[in-house]
Amino acid sequence: METYTKKVLEHFKNPHNYGKMKNPDGVGKVGNVACGDVMWLYIKIGKKKIKNKEQEIIKDIKFETYGCTAAIASSSMITDIAKGKTLDQAINISKDDVVKSLEGLPPIKIHCSVLATDALAEAIYDYMKKNNKKIPEKLEKIHKRIEQEKRIVEEKYKDWVKTEEEMHEKE
Amino acid sequence: MKRIYLDHGATTPVDKEVVKAMLPYLTEKFGNASSIHSFGQEAKDALESSRERIAKKLGAKPNEIIFTSGGSESDNLAIKGVAHAYRKKGNHIITSSIEHPAVLGACKSLAEEGFDITYLEVDKEGFVKPDDVERAITKKTILVSIMHANNEIGTIEPIEEIGKICKSKGVLFHTDAVQSFTKVPIDVNKMNIDLLSISAHKIYGPKGVGALYIREGVKIKKMIDGGHHEFDMRAGTENIPGIVGFAKAVELTNENQIKYMTNLRNKLIKGLLKIPDTILNGPDRKNLSRRLCNNVNISFKFVEGESILLRLDDKGIAVSTGSACSSRSLKPSHVLLAIGLPPQIAHSSIRFTLGRENTIQEINYTIKTTKEVVEELRKLSPFCN
Repeated sequence: METYTKKVLEHFKNPHNYGKMKNPDGVGKVGNVACGDVMWLYIKIGKKKIKNKEQEIIKDIKFETYGCTAAIASSSMITDIAKGKTLDQAINISKDDVVKSLEGLPPIKIHCSVLATDALAEAIYDYMKKNNKKIPEKLEKIHKRIEQEKRIVEEKYKDWVKTEEEMHEKE
Repeated sequence: MKRIYLDHGATTPVDKEVVKAMLPYLTEKFGNASSIHSFGQEAKDALESSRERIAKKLGAKPNEIIFTSGGSESDNLAIKGVAHAYRKKGNHIITSSIEHPAVLGACKSLAEEGFDITYLEVDKEGFVKPDDVERAITKKTILVSIMHANNEIGTIEPIEEIGKICKSKGVLFHTDAVQSFTKVPIDVNKMNIDLLSISAHKIYGPKGVGALYIREGVKIKKMIDGGHHEFDMRAGTENIPGIVGFAKAVELTNENQIKYMTNLRNKLIKGLLKIPDTILNGPDRKNLSRRLCNNVNISFKFVEGESILLRLDDKGIAVSTGSACSSRSLKPSHVLLAIGLPPQIAHSSIRFTLGRENTIQEINYTIKTTKEVVEELRKLSPFCN
């Protein structure tokens, strides 16, 4: 496998903003244990005046991740990138932003950066939904895709469980 | 920083004595064993005496040993070679679901050619049931290939019983003994083994050299065409320095090393299982006599294997996740899934494979450090807080 960059290893060895958050305003839970990656992202929303307009920002952010080196580094990195950003800015953080900040990820680990942006999007979606806010079209699209992917993985996982059960029955 | 190597299932350092034995054959004794002049004869003598010494370790005759480039080639030559030589007799091959990728890959290729492959399931400790082998044999069965010891979880398969069944049914029996060779006694006659794969770099020999035992009278279709080397079963100028090193490596092994590694292994298992939420994969603690003397495979629940591996590497300890061959893929190990582990437990597994140069101090440091690393990573995990 391609080796990890210095930046990835830095974040992996000393991750920023990890742990559970008490009373978060939004939580994003993505990934599946069967695939080897699970990422939970917690956010707290604050308000900040930007150009005389009060805007909602990500005041605090924390993560909990079960996963490989790249998954943990991507989680740590997205918390750094997202902290202090307006919700609109946060929604627009792309996987490439995460990969670039990490100075690269091995090709087979790119999905870890997607997981990180997905977790952030889901946390913002959760906050907006709970507070009856108007959900931007882009966020709605992302949410729908994640839901669909979740169903596909769960379906695949169910099949796996089924073949396992069949295997044991044969014994 | 002092480094501790606990990945001897992947490869081992070449013993200094082995290097010493090899050196003359790289320099002044460089001849081609097929040449008639004195340079060639020097090489030929070294080749034949190495063959004798390796044959002796297996209870085989020298003319039943052919040298290859390693374990993977030996497995391929045994399985494809037999399949193609006995095709008229039948097209059915029996193997297990936990074989090394070289065996599974060879079987997959043969399936594409129209061979019928039966993959036997294993129990939760990784054992193949000899009864299952017997039941799976049909009139069309030409070969059974079951590994001697598993590379990931260290299960030592009941190959003597399987050999007996194959003999009584008139079916050829191949075993991949790459991990067990010199660690578990082998007698090809007592165990009714017809073909057996071994490799040098797992036993402190050089990389790029292995051997295949082929019982006298068993036919195989050659894979590498060319000259008449190796009893006309494998063409190519013999790797004399490698072969000399292989034979020397075999000679350097002894009973005491096995006892020494067994003791370290037991201490490591005991220490690691004290960490909460851990599972020993492979033969369990009551069954350690059926586990490879240097293998420890443990799942640390709620944390992922690669993360543990790299955090341990950071502290100077080299281990592996599943098998070294699958560290490029994201799929959990086929062996761990075959013993019935759910994917999340399979993703959380680490393999420690010991060597004769490891010390008790290193084992104690490994236990202490693994505990710290797992605790730190569990602080990041959504499943623990």
